Amino acid sequence: MVDGIREQSGLAQRLHMDVPLLLGLLALATVGLVVMYSVDGGDGRLMTRHAMRLLIAFVVMFVLAQINPRHLFHWTPWLYLLGLILLIAVLVFGDVGKGAQRWLRIGPLNFQPSELSKLTVPLMVAYFFTDKSLPPRVLPVLGAVGLALLPTFLVIQQPDLGTALLIGCSGAFVMFLTGLRWSVIAVFAGLLAASAPLLWFTMHDYQRSRVLTFLNPEQDPLGAGYHIIQSKIAIGSGGIYGKGWLNGTQSQLDFVPERSTDFVFAVFGEEFGLMGGMVLIALYLFVIFRGLYIAVSAQELFGRLIAGGLVLTFFVYVFVNIGMVSGLLPVVGLPLPLVSYGGTALVTVMASFGIVMSVHTHRRLLSD
Amino acid sequence: MSPAVTLKDINKESSLLRSRVVIAYAVVLLLFLVLLARLVQLQVIEYGYFETLSNNNRVKIVPVAPTRGLIFDRNGVVLAQNTPSFSLEVIPENVTDIDVMLTELKQLVEISVADEERFRRVRSKTRRFNAIVLRTRLTEEEVARFSVNRHRFPGVDVKARLTRDYPLGSLGVHVLGYVGRLSERDLERIDAANYRGTTHYGKTGVEEAYENVLHGRVGYQHVETNAVGRTLRVLSREDPIPGANLYLTIDTSLQAVSEAAFNGENGALVAIEPSTGDVLAFVSMPGFDPNAFVDGIDRKTYSELLNSPDRPLFNRALSGRYPPGSTVKPFFALAGLEQEANLADKHIWCPGWYRLKGHKHKYRDWKKHGHGRVNLNDAIVQSCDVYFYELALSLGIDRMHDFMVDFGFGKTTGIDLTGESSGLMPSRDWKRGARNQPWYPGETLITGIGQGFILATPLQLASATATLSMRGFQLRPSVGLVVHDSAAGETTVLSTAQAVSIPHSETKNWETIVASMVGVVHGPRGTARRIGIDAAYKFAGKTGTAQVFGIAQDEEYDADQIAKKLRDHALFVAFAPADEPQIAIAIVVENGGSGSIIAAPIARKVMDHYLRKMVDEKKDDRELLTAFASSKVLGYLRP
Repeated sequence: MVDGIREQSGLAQRLHMDVPLLLGLLALATVGLVVMYSVDGGDGRLMTRHAMRLLIAFVVMFVLAQINPRHLFHWTPWLYLLGLILLIAVLVFGDVGKGAQRWLRIGPLNFQPSELSKLTVPLMVAYFFTDKSLPPRVLPVLGAVGLALLPTFLVIQQPDLGTALLIGCSGAFVMFLTGLRWSVIAVFAGLLAASAPLLWFTMHDYQRSRVLTFLNPEQDPLGAGYHIIQSKIAIGSGGIYGKGWLNGTQSQLDFVPERSTDFVFAVFGEEFGLMGGMVLIALYLFVIFRGLYIAVSAQELFGRLIAGGLVLTFFVYVFVNIGMVSGLLPVVGLPLPLVSYGGTALVTVMASFGIVMSVHTHRRLLSD
Repeated sequence: MSPAVTLKDINKESSLLRSRVVIAYAVVLLLFLVLLARLVQLQVIEYGYFETLSNNNRVKIVPVAPTRGLIFDRNGVVLAQNTPSFSLEVIPENVTDIDVMLTELKQLVEISVADEERFRRVRSKTRRFNAIVLRTRLTEEEVARFSVNRHRFPGVDVKARLTRDYPLGSLGVHVLGYVGRLSERDLERIDAANYRGTTHYGKTGVEEAYENVLHGRVGYQHVETNAVGRTLRVLSREDPIPGANLYLTIDTSLQAVSEAAFNGENGALVAIEPSTGDVLAFVSMPGFDPNAFVDGIDRKTYSELLNSPDRPLFNRALSGRYPPGSTVKPFFALAGLEQEANLADKHIWCPGWYRLKGHKHKYRDWKKHGHGRVNLNDAIVQSCDVYFYELALSLGIDRMHDFMVDFGFGKTTGIDLTGESSGLMPSRDWKRGARNQPWYPGETLITGIGQGFILATPLQLASATATLSMRGFQLRPSVGLVVHDSAAGETTVLSTAQAVSIPHSETKNWETIVASMVGVVHGPRGTARRIGIDAAYKFAGKTGTAQVFGIAQDEEYDADQIAKKLRDHALFVAFAPADEPQIAIAIVVENGGSGSIIAAPIARKVMDHYLRKMVDEKKDDRELLTAFASSKVLGYLRP
């Protein structure tokens, strides 16, 4: 069997790195650093801190890439269980920040257990389907839905709508990839639409106002609609070629709120214009397409499902973030992966890419 | 289903997954195209719209207030200036706990309840990042004590800013006035555009009257601001034009001597240079410290000033209406001379009272047993009331009214201060209009001795006396002398209005009256002879005593038994030197009793100060000035 394993590309294969994916991610990280430098007005400190976080995240990716998917497969139920326990713990003991209970303090570490669930849910759903016949029948589907919804529900309680959405999606994507029948998908879509009013009543006021604001931002230009209006002005005034690096008046002058984190694309759009936006979207497209290629070329079902599920979840990040900043979607607190400043979510995203790389680089290639 | 079917079909799974991934590829691509379309919409199609919004967002025009002009006296003594004063300012955004900060700060710096109250009021209306003044006018010791402990108070800082300062305190406050904080109501009355950024404006006195000269022109800064209005960068700046400096006609040393001469009595004094109309001293006692008003007076001090029985805020010299008493006698005497050329040679008999034909009422003379045989000169020198009862009766109220109005009684002098009262010169028409009553002959009598309806301000009395001293040449009194606009490099002399000549009167008549007034001070029987003793110059004056309340027919007026505030007002008008007048003066001492005892000595002190300076120390100057003054007078005489 050893003879059958072909050295894919020497050093990269030995380090379990997928070179195209790695280059794509590095390019995105570079964009992030460039924008961070501009966000704090050329001060450089924010960029340095962002670089530190990126470094940590890339290390996490590297470490996870070394783990054989088979080991991961065996740990999956335990990891999923740990995730659930931590989510319950955060509801009971968690620190309250900005009106939401998301953080768990373990020793010196501030930890957001919902991040772990972003990984454990697709893993668990994929694990669940590996011994089922595909396309899955109704009972296993219901079981998988339960596995995905339980942590999602716990995260909604925190409340963290953005993360809940991602966790739910990651489970759904895995199910979609298993070949779920379209009729079943239609039923679930219908149920989801029907439960929307129910969701409305369980929402917090600030979440409702976000939705209302999305529907008509100009209605409250100084209050909740302010973020969207200002970020649209930032992007729109960037034009085709942008105002130039460090010259974005909207963002440099503090008009754009949360411009280092969720609204970082407004800064980017203002300073680099449509051209920059096209390049950035192309980079994301490249990373996602490469990830999907890895999923298709994976040999085992577990690897295929998690690689596809994780990459599609990454896509949700990008789409929802840019959609929200450009006023296409309601404001859901999701960062733009790799570009937005922020530690925990970045680590999770890179961890998922570590798993994707591990899936790709632990293939046994037939030598024929 | 048979067990065989449940076996996993790798190939089928594989193709199923592949087809799903293809769908995913398509969906991802499609949704990214949606995002791209959105970007095209925002950045290409709606670019112009957002570009405009973006520009409007960032540039703000911020006004820069001009520096207020300084005020000097005629000799260049600073009366109002802008001094850097230290104030304690708080930026609430940077303070963790306002209450804790205040408690700790109080141990270092005195913070009154009023300061704290004002701070909290302003804080509720101010953005968190804007500095709010907590304490003004810190002492150097307080600044030092705070500076050592500054690290304990993030968000609190000592700032130096320019504050209007009146270095002489209450001296001349009623002519100088003061500035106060600009209120919303004030903005409705003034050119609001020019006052953007200005915090203070003149509320009274010349600070108010010359506001447009002192204020200057507002400047502008184009600044880049962020969404919440914090200034980030100054893009361009149009400097403000500072206000012009104002020189007053006031002579500060004379003002100081005048105020001191009142020795705690309430009253007013106006001294005028007759040849120019320049107001040399303008006193209303008591005064108050204008500095207290600059940054908002605290309620307690203000109510004390407002409710004080001495009414320190009331400008007596400008707005106080007093019965002029006997000080009007020289004017009526002049009217008599106009009517009857040889009046000066006629005598009457004064028994100490006068009775109108067919009436029982006795109009009394101030001298119980009468002055005996008196002519016009005696009547002025001794202030014989009976003589003037008879004179008034022969003149008639309408002629008296017309004559006195020419001297400025019953109308404002037009001085360059606001709030002037016009006093009151009664007439038949006035009484019919104002009271709907006929005029009674008895009212003519008492008008002849400056009692009854007739009311005059100290300023009017001083102006009329100046006109008298100039033998009929009337100049509008003024307190503004020169405006020096350093920005434009221009110096403007505030010219007095054209002198008006009183239409009648022969030179002879003027000299008769002036001679009698000299007799008041220097004559052996003059009512103010005490102040004429060893005077270095010839002094013309007239005493007056104004009744504050009536006493019954046969009652004696006994000052000691009457409450102070019901006592007579003491008045004195004078000018000197009599033949070459350099200063004319009017004095009212409220409830002072007799004009000769209380008011006249004040005049002597003031004249001595003003004229001794001329005679002894600046003889040459005086000759020059006199020559200047007389040339001006000649100019008016022969245009």
